[in-house]
Amino acid sequence: MDLTWMAWTLPTAVFFITIATLLAGMTVWDLAQPSVARKGFLPIATTRGDRFFIGLLSGAWLHLAWLGLTDLPLWYPLAALVVWMIVLLRWG
Amino acid sequence: MEKWPDNKAWFLVLPVVVLVCFSAIIPLMTVVNYSVQDILQPGMGFFVGTEWFERILHDERLHGALQRQVLFSLTVLLIEMPLGIAIALALPTRGWGVSACLVLLALPLLIPWNVVGTIWQIFARGDIGLGGAAVKALGLNYNYTASATDAWITVVIMEVWHWTPLVALLAYAGLRAIPDAFYQAARIDGASAWAVFRYIQLPKMRGVLTIALLLRFMDSFMIYTEPFVLTGGGPGNATTFLSQFLTRLAVGQFDLGPAAAFSIVYFLIILVFSWVFYQALEGMGKGASK
Repeated sequence: MDLTWMAWTLPTAVFFITIATLLAGMTVWDLAQPSVARKGFLPIATTRGDRFFIGLLSGAWLHLAWLGLTDLPLWYPLAALVVWMIVLLRWG
Repeated sequence: MEKWPDNKAWFLVLPVVVLVCFSAIIPLMTVVNYSVQDILQPGMGFFVGTEWFERILHDERLHGALQRQVLFSLTVLLIEMPLGIAIALALPTRGWGVSACLVLLALPLLIPWNVVGTIWQIFARGDIGLGGAAVKALGLNYNYTASATDAWITVVIMEVWHWTPLVALLAYAGLRAIPDAFYQAARIDGASAWAVFRYIQLPKMRGVLTIALLLRFMDSFMIYTEPFVLTGGGPGNATTFLSQFLTRLAVGQFDLGPAAAFSIVYFLIILVFSWVFYQALEGMGKGASK
């Protein structure tokens, strides 16, 4: 199958493989141990999937804000996102 | 929690998953790929990292288009939602009038978007258009091709004319689904018309109004065809909204990289707004049902 029209690059491939792996992992986790909506420090009751979605979306905006406001490398917001995602999934 | 031993039902959603993959996910992946490259021609691109994102985030023209877009969407939502509910409340509930009103209401929704633009382009003209001539006859100096304010008013009225019927039809469907027992109970309690609306009709319409609000927000936020035909984004850039700005970037200037980067930001904005709206309305619903 010719996928050159999709103009793949290594970084974007790694990005999508990571997202797909995380989604697959979350699916398996949910099948093994179904998530129940609960209230953490977020103002709304959320399931594990909700918190994962909030984490990804806030991560995207964090990276965009970083790009718009600073000239520092993107490794910092990426590290912050990993920490934020763990905090969110555990206590969110 | 109880587990379902039989998960065969999931196979029934497979066709939709495949369809969404082809129509949304694969194109979105391609856009992400484009956003980090300088595409000179199909099959010939150079990796530029986050350069396009940095450029568009600092682009003053984009900030202007975004501000106009937010203002436009808020304006049409503030008009269309209450107006749609008011129309639904005023519609007849029985007899031949129901069908007649519903058909009349649905008419603007059946017109292709570019035709809507053309209709209003002619209707609002001061020389040959009925609407434009009527406003001029009132002594107002109205010209949507020269005045930014006039162009804005015309685009907003066109959008309201085109899409309020959708809100009205959805609200009407919600109203019709309320069992008569609720109204009987309200009559026994001597509830006022406002109380009936506030505590029976509005909470019962929550579901359809959520759908209406989300649909109208997303549609108005992505509006392209009608203003493009009516004003062409002008005068100047007065009615150039995000989609038109994006199209100019991608098709007009063939800046595929920046256009792709901008598309992703656009997508993220829609995602955030839709999610926030959805959560807010869900929360309101829970509060109302207590």
